[in-house]
Amino acid sequence: MSEIKYLPGKEPHPRETRRIFRNIDRVGYNPSIACFIKDGGYETLKKAIAMEPADIIGEVKKSGLRGRGGAGFPTGVKWTFIPKGNTKPVYLVCNCDESEPGTFKDRFIVHQDPHQLIEGMIIACYAVQAHFAVIYMREEFPEAAHIMKKALQEAEEHNFLGKNILGSGFDLKIVLHRGAGAYICGEETGLINSIEGMRPYPRIKPPFFPAAIGLYGCPTIVNNVESLCQVRQVLMRGGEAYAAEGAQRSPGTRIIGVSGDVKRPGYYEIISGSLTYGELLYDICGGPKRGRTFKAIIPGGASAKVMRCDEKLTGRNPDGTVREMSIFDVPMDLDSIAQHGSMSGSGGVIVMDDSRSMPKVLNNLNRFFAWESCGQCSPCREGNPWMLKLSTRIINGQASPEDVDLLKSVADNICGRTVCAFGEACSWPTQAFTTKFREEFLALTKPINAQKAHNPETAEARKFLTRED
Amino acid sequence: MSTQPVTLPKDEAAAEGKVNVQINGKWYRFPKGTRIADACNSVGAHVPCFCYHPKLSVAGSCRMCLVEQGMPPRLAPGATPTYGADGYQPIQWMPRAVIACANTVAENMGIRTTSKLTSEARRGVLEFLLTNHPLDCPICDQAGECKLQEYTTDYGSGTHRFTEAKIKKGKNIPIGPRVNLDQERCVLCRRCVRFMKEIVGEEVLGVVGRGAHNAISCYPGKELDSNYSMNVVDICPVGAMTSKDFRFQMRVWFLKSTPTIDVNCGTGTNINIWTREQKVYRITPRQNDEVNSCWMPDSHRLNYKYINAPERLTTPMIKTDAGAPLRPSTWDATLNLVVEQLHKCAPAEVAIIVSARLTNEELYMARALARQLGVTKFDIVPRTGESDNMLISADRNPNTTGAKLILGKTGTGLNTIRRGVKNGSIRSLIVLGEDVTAEAGIPEQDLAELDYLLVMDHSETPTTKAADVVLPGVTFAEKYGTMVNVAGRIQRLNKAIEPVGDSRPDWDILRDITQRLGCDCPRVIACPSPMIILEEIAAEFAPFEGINWGNIGNEGKVITDTGVTIPLIEREKAKK
Repeated sequence: MSEIKYLPGKEPHPRETRRIFRNIDRVGYNPSIACFIKDGGYETLKKAIAMEPADIIGEVKKSGLRGRGGAGFPTGVKWTFIPKGNTKPVYLVCNCDESEPGTFKDRFIVHQDPHQLIEGMIIACYAVQAHFAVIYMREEFPEAAHIMKKALQEAEEHNFLGKNILGSGFDLKIVLHRGAGAYICGEETGLINSIEGMRPYPRIKPPFFPAAIGLYGCPTIVNNVESLCQVRQVLMRGGEAYAAEGAQRSPGTRIIGVSGDVKRPGYYEIISGSLTYGELLYDICGGPKRGRTFKAIIPGGASAKVMRCDEKLTGRNPDGTVREMSIFDVPMDLDSIAQHGSMSGSGGVIVMDDSRSMPKVLNNLNRFFAWESCGQCSPCREGNPWMLKLSTRIINGQASPEDVDLLKSVADNICGRTVCAFGEACSWPTQAFTTKFREEFLALTKPINAQKAHNPETAEARKFLTRED
Repeated sequence: MSTQPVTLPKDEAAAEGKVNVQINGKWYRFPKGTRIADACNSVGAHVPCFCYHPKLSVAGSCRMCLVEQGMPPRLAPGATPTYGADGYQPIQWMPRAVIACANTVAENMGIRTTSKLTSEARRGVLEFLLTNHPLDCPICDQAGECKLQEYTTDYGSGTHRFTEAKIKKGKNIPIGPRVNLDQERCVLCRRCVRFMKEIVGEEVLGVVGRGAHNAISCYPGKELDSNYSMNVVDICPVGAMTSKDFRFQMRVWFLKSTPTIDVNCGTGTNINIWTREQKVYRITPRQNDEVNSCWMPDSHRLNYKYINAPERLTTPMIKTDAGAPLRPSTWDATLNLVVEQLHKCAPAEVAIIVSARLTNEELYMARALARQLGVTKFDIVPRTGESDNMLISADRNPNTTGAKLILGKTGTGLNTIRRGVKNGSIRSLIVLGEDVTAEAGIPEQDLAELDYLLVMDHSETPTTKAADVVLPGVTFAEKYGTMVNVAGRIQRLNKAIEPVGDSRPDWDILRDITQRLGCDCPRVIACPSPMIILEEIAAEFAPFEGINWGNIGNEGKVITDTGVTIPLIEREKAKK
């Protein structure tokens, strides 16, 4: 790897392991197919297409690869959910609607190394025998759409796509579909509705599990960009070798996007579980900014529950004894952080130092979720603007202490009662922020505000409710 | 286990194609594939729903029907299930509530519709639905039959916690010629969207805006002008869709509903007539899966204004001299006059035109009158149009099938009558419930040439104006009776209001004339009500055998095979 040179300031940290991001910000590398092939590209495809599709699925299952979109569902298992004896066409959809605040990994792949994704997709399509695949790209990636379109054309010219790929008899068409700018399109059934030309209202599950009833009513596999690139890695290295690396239950590398109050924010590809949050933030990212201390971490994109840096967690030693630890001692794999009530999700780590007002951070998140709720089901549609209005009042000093409890209660009423996981995504931040930083919220409230009409509408209404005598 | 029964309930149920489900602690059996909501409702454990409608696809978006659900614990590999003394596996309750509309029942499933988890979930959802709702019940037409009001009494809180400014949306939007939309009252169940798409097949309605600004709207350049548009008013669970016809006319709790049938075409759509103090305010469809499902066309729904119109005939009228105007009279004097005049007519020169809009009982009495007079020229007026391939039948008479069964062959005599009136071979004409200047094609000048014209009808028409004697009958809303629809189904008409003024039910008038003409047949003159006439019909005509007023029921009974089907019903059955 010594020959690979990166742009100045973009060099990988020694503790990183660049696999998926091998070619990101690499000197002399461009998204063309020539560059990719020169670097050994499409060799894995040649190897895969000589295998039986079932063997590829077996290899991916063996690797223990888990989806990198946020939920962490085993990719190989997902592929086997296509009903037995299915006679309908199977579709594969690449979810490139990366919109989670704090998450920025797929954007580098589609901007700088599109062929890596295409190769992974072809392998995945061959494994599930899909002859039509869609890359669903978010509206905010116009440049990537150009790059991807060109890359697809190049792949077709080289017979990596199209009819009878590399003489194997396997046909595949990949089309690029661009969204119109909605977070909810990243929800797989909403995404499918969007491709079909409808409002991206997520579908109810049951019965609309994509692997059974997906795009146009046919079995559909929806995979994240990074997951599909990882499929290529699995085939390149072999399932067993892949499984041997990193955390036992979530092997392989992970791309972590660090943003917020650290000295060196950015993307880092690490072996899953090979370092802790503390090592990531202090060693790789350089620690807090001058004169500041870390206050809170959102470990997996905006919807993950926030963790206090001074929170006391309990962990288990190898010998079974219980020890006290902090968030900085939690290893960075998919499961460890889940034991402490949050999730590692899509790998977007948002760091806040002591200069941040947590109610303001929450209000910012609430504004995002209120804007992005699709409006299909009642709790999410009505609950999000309510939470936003409450948190806005809190940061403006117009709230009473009871409003903090009300805010938490509204979040509780959304969580678990919605059509899709957006209900959890939007209520978890509020639940965690109001519980863990309650004193900060209360400090902004005044009991007298409970008696005040805090908007003109209520003020008008009060005129008719209060008696003069 | 020693306490285990020999055959387990699950095997017994499986033999019937059913599954055992525990609802609120009691075990029931339901066919496989039954929706949890339907199962619960069928045993009296009511599940509140906004978006779920049995005739539409499942949206699952209102979240009001959340129930606590449990299943037997998942077994470790190789373990055998354990059964209790009652033969059921223990139920492991899930921490999250599930929606009852989209999920189906399964073996050994447990449902709780009244538990803490269930009611807390519903309370939360209901509170959300009310946050941006304008709470304008006092001026809302839906008040009194509003699901939001209904569920608020069950799951609403006494105080409200939402003190923010509400989101403003469009109000009083005329989205179609007959329907108005209030987007603020809307709970976005999208029943209307699904109805227009799935039942009518026109994509007219959709949702616009994001998040809390979601609102129902028409597609650009389109309006809700389908002849079935007013069904969205019926299925709207709240006051978002309102009928322009019924808006602000009457509070619904003052209305009395009478189940009856529509008489605008041969389908015999099942309806409810909503009345207060002898006035009809609206008509809504009544569910009958063999006739009209849950729907009805707007054209039929709105055709009720004539019932309380000033054109109604309210008293018998006679013409004392040729050329003199009609003047009101009493029933006794009029009937005596009619009998006197009919006795003077030669039977060969008399013809009777009877309407296929009359009930079977009235047709039976008309037939008795014809026999008493010895009249052989006797026919109905056919009335046809185009079928809309939904619910409107090509036959626009509601009782052609009944007329054929009771009067025998129909349709050929009308031309003879028309010709006879023109060439003067018919000197007297009795018209029962028709305006013969319209579909029957007998012009007014021909009617003026007749020696004698006796007309029975409910409203003033060119024919009644030309008549020598006018007998005021009643509309379908004012009488009891039966009709047979195009598919051969006998259905009941129920009286919703009393006859207007001095008018009398047509069967009653016909019976009196026949009796006064000298008929002594007890089967005719002794009939005190349409129910008794129906018994006479059942005794005399084979297809009606065994039929009586009671066993027809509210959904009717097929008595003859006509080979005619109702397109919308066929489509609905094919979907199943």
